Amino acid sequence: MSETIFEVRDLSYVYTDRPEKTPALKDINLKINKGDFLAIVGPNGSGKTTLVKLILGLLSIQTGEILINGKRSRKFNNWDEVGYVSQKSNSFQKGFPATVSEVVLSGLTKKKGLFKSFNKQDLAARDRVLELLDIKDLADKNISALSGGQTQRVFIARALVTKPSILVLDEPTVGIDARHVREFYDVLSRLKNEEVTILLVTHDIGVVVDKADSVACINEHLHFHGSNHDFQQLDEAEISKIYGFPIQFVSHDHDRECCS
Amino acid sequence: MIEAFLTFDFIRYSVLSGLIVGIIAPLIGAFIVIRRLSLIADALSHVTLGGIAFGVWLSSIFAVTINPLVTGIVFSVIGALGIERLRTVYSNYKELAIPIIMSAGIAMGIVLLSMADGINNNLFAYLFGSISAVGKTDFYLIAIIAVIVCLFIFILYKELFLLSFDEEYANVMKAPKWIQIAFIIVVALVISASMRIVGILLVSALMTLPVASAMRVTSSFKQLMFVSVIFGEIAVILGLVASYYLSISPGGTIVLVSLLILLATVLKKSNHKQRGELDDQSV
Ligand SMILES: Nc1ncnc2c1ncn2[C@@H]1O[C@H](COP(=O)(O)OP(=O)(O)O)[C@@H](O)[C@H]1O
Ligand SMILES: [Mg+2]
Repeated sequence: MSETIFEVRDLSYVYTDRPEKTPALKDINLKINKGDFLAIVGPNGSGKTTLVKLILGLLSIQTGEILINGKRSRKFNNWDEVGYVSQKSNSFQKGFPATVSEVVLSGLTKKKGLFKSFNKQDLAARDRVLELLDIKDLADKNISALSGGQTQRVFIARALVTKPSILVLDEPTVGIDARHVREFYDVLSRLKNEEVTILLVTHDIGVVVDKADSVACINEHLHFHGSNHDFQQLDEAEISKIYGFPIQFVSHDHDRECCS
Repeated sequence: MIEAFLTFDFIRYSVLSGLIVGIIAPLIGAFIVIRRLSLIADALSHVTLGGIAFGVWLSSIFAVTINPLVTGIVFSVIGALGIERLRTVYSNYKELAIPIIMSAGIAMGIVLLSMADGINNNLFAYLFGSISAVGKTDFYLIAIIAVIVCLFIFILYKELFLLSFDEEYANVMKAPKWIQIAFIIVVALVISASMRIVGILLVSALMTLPVASAMRVTSSFKQLMFVSVIFGEIAVILGLVASYYLSISPGGTIVLVSLLILLATVLKKSNHKQRGELDDQSV
């Protein structure tokens, strides 16, 4: 039996900071094993980001629990093993006077630990991911002088610089052009072969079909959680129930074949 | 002025303190500007005034000499912690903490200074700085603060960078909470140290103007800190010289020089920007 990395039990969440009290998640149960690639899909506002934030400890859990490596997420300490790309790269300070290279390097902050400064190895790690994400020529550019897609690649690089064993990606490819999206998913496939556990929130059903081992469909409730194969067997009626409109399973590979 | 520097202790202390402040104020200012906390610096400087007034008042009623800078430091650190606390109380209106703390500082300052009869001669120096007010103890206090500030930034540079750049990511990585508290305390220390030279009302200018200018000519964060310090030093040196020869408060002259630097970078950047736009089109 393989090791469970994330386990979400009976998780519900309601946003209480506004008078209207928006329920975002209800009774979610999920499991992700080591080396598993789980895709989380669901329409806008279905609670995907909320789930990610709860897992990462950015929101505090109201009901239910989340276990990471078998420990309650509060007690989990190895956050330096987690790479995270947030949904909007807007969370950073716009106009911040820092270079791409500085931003990517900052991903190593936790791994280095307090009171230690970056050394040659860290710089080498940084150069490796700059290369990997094809942003080496942007290294000395100011982060606020980049396009949306370029910025997003910088944040992916920051998440990968620690060689994390767990990756949490919230719609990481939004704004990135087709070629770099394909390269990004190639990188993910490679990481998967290295036993990296991947949790990917996405709108891109094509990617889900091609790459994911398992799929979770969320729309406040968990509507489906199972293998990719079973996901593709769902009939249209069930999927449209979740999305509110019909979805077709079109693989990217298939796409490319017919178009090129 | 060089003669005076060699002859008079108080000039020497002022100039050396000015040079130190010209380094530490822009250095911590870089983080303050980036994190949009400039107003907090302003609020804390007013709290420092309250603390100084408290020191003056204590000295006047107990007939002991308490260095007002010491009470200023204490108040400003307490004010810093108060702001942090208020920011969590009013989590949706974080900026409310600022006017609350600021008005508390000014009100206290004015009441206590009046009671101690210090309004006339002292107040002006506290508000706008003074070239003759820096004594030996002041100088040593400022030097010690400078060492603390530099060590703090040097040792925690990567954490401070991450916290300033992307607080959410820092939270995912569970950056220790005490760094934030330590940061605000260090800000309070820098304000107390700088206030002797540039005065309460202009402290935040020395922390933010050189950074605002540097932002327009640099692209990396390390460069930003370096250039901010250079601009800060230029402002302090020219400002002190002007202040000495014209016999006016150094706060005013230092900040005016900073403003001239800012103006120069703004004008320079407009040319730069046109170039940048052309670049973009050619890609
Ligand atoms: N900070 C917030 N305060 C109040 N409601 C929120 C907040 N963030 C998200 N929501 C609400 O919670 C629901 C789920 O949002 P989210 O998790 O961001 O969805 P998704 O990522 O699937 O698009 C939405 O109805 C959204 O409006
Ligand atoms: Mg989302």
